Amino acid sequence: MKLHALRRDIVCREAVELVTDYLEGALSPRDTRRFEVHLEACDGCEEYVRQVRATIRILGVVQPEDLAPETRQGLLELYRQFREG
Amino acid sequence: MSDDDLVRRLRSGDESAFIEVVDAYHPSMVRLAQAFVSSWAVAEEVTQDTWVAVLKGINRFEGRSSLKTWIFRILANRARSTGVREQRTTPVNVSDETSVDRRRFDAGGAWSVPPSHWSDEIIDRLSSGPLVDRVRAAISDLPESQRAVVTLRDLDGLSSKEVCDVLQISEANQRVLLHRGRSRIRARFEDELAKQ
Repeated sequence: MKLHALRRDIVCREAVELVTDYLEGALSPRDTRRFEVHLEACDGCEEYVRQVRATIRILGVVQPEDLAPETRQGLLELYRQFREG
Repeated sequence: MSDDDLVRRLRSGDESAFIEVVDAYHPSMVRLAQAFVSSWAVAEEVTQDTWVAVLKGINRFEGRSSLKTWIFRILANRARSTGVREQRTTPVNVSDETSVDRRRFDAGGAWSVPPSHWSDEIIDRLSSGPLVDRVRAAISDLPESQRAVVTLRDLDGLSSKEVCDVLQISEANQRVLLHRGRSRIRARFEDELAKQ
């Protein structure tokens, strides 16, 4: 969402749409400052950003399924066929 | 092990190099493929086909991206076209999607129903099995491109540049998909916590 056209302060409804741009460092320095000023004053948005950060941490815990030994063996056979073929 | 060494060993037919890349990437590749195709079995099949494509194409690898990104891009392309063939891909109109239900804000745009505080509590439960299962379910319910971006960024820890390279999307598009995906998952945690 583009903010530079706005002169007024950020409202909560806008802030929640800016969280990823903020965390990704994609906001301009001016919009970053305005976002942070809003967070300092807004308990709801501060918790909201903490929830998004918590969500990211939780996502990082999810491991892919282990490679099954038979899959690994199958791939090895595939590889040997490929080298011979 | 640097990419250069790995690529040289793969080209010379060194079996241990193949095992090394399979061990390192196969599980994450199957997980990414699942964003596009109908089942785990199809995802596994697409990933196996990708390995054959990697072996056939390794001589053409130019090192403009990392070996990992190159392999994942081949996988994403194949999984996407398989998903299209399966007619799984239903275009979802998400352009009006908001991170938070509009009714939670008053006319001026301030919270009328602000978030309750649970960010600390949920972190305390990070290691619990049931939480991780619910996260998996939440991810699998995301629309496919959001799921692919969230999987690569937040589950596999790729950089935004790598994700753009793998999925061949712009940085801006990547951020939008990441934002929508993370927002949906946050909202789902909120709903589930409210039910408890």
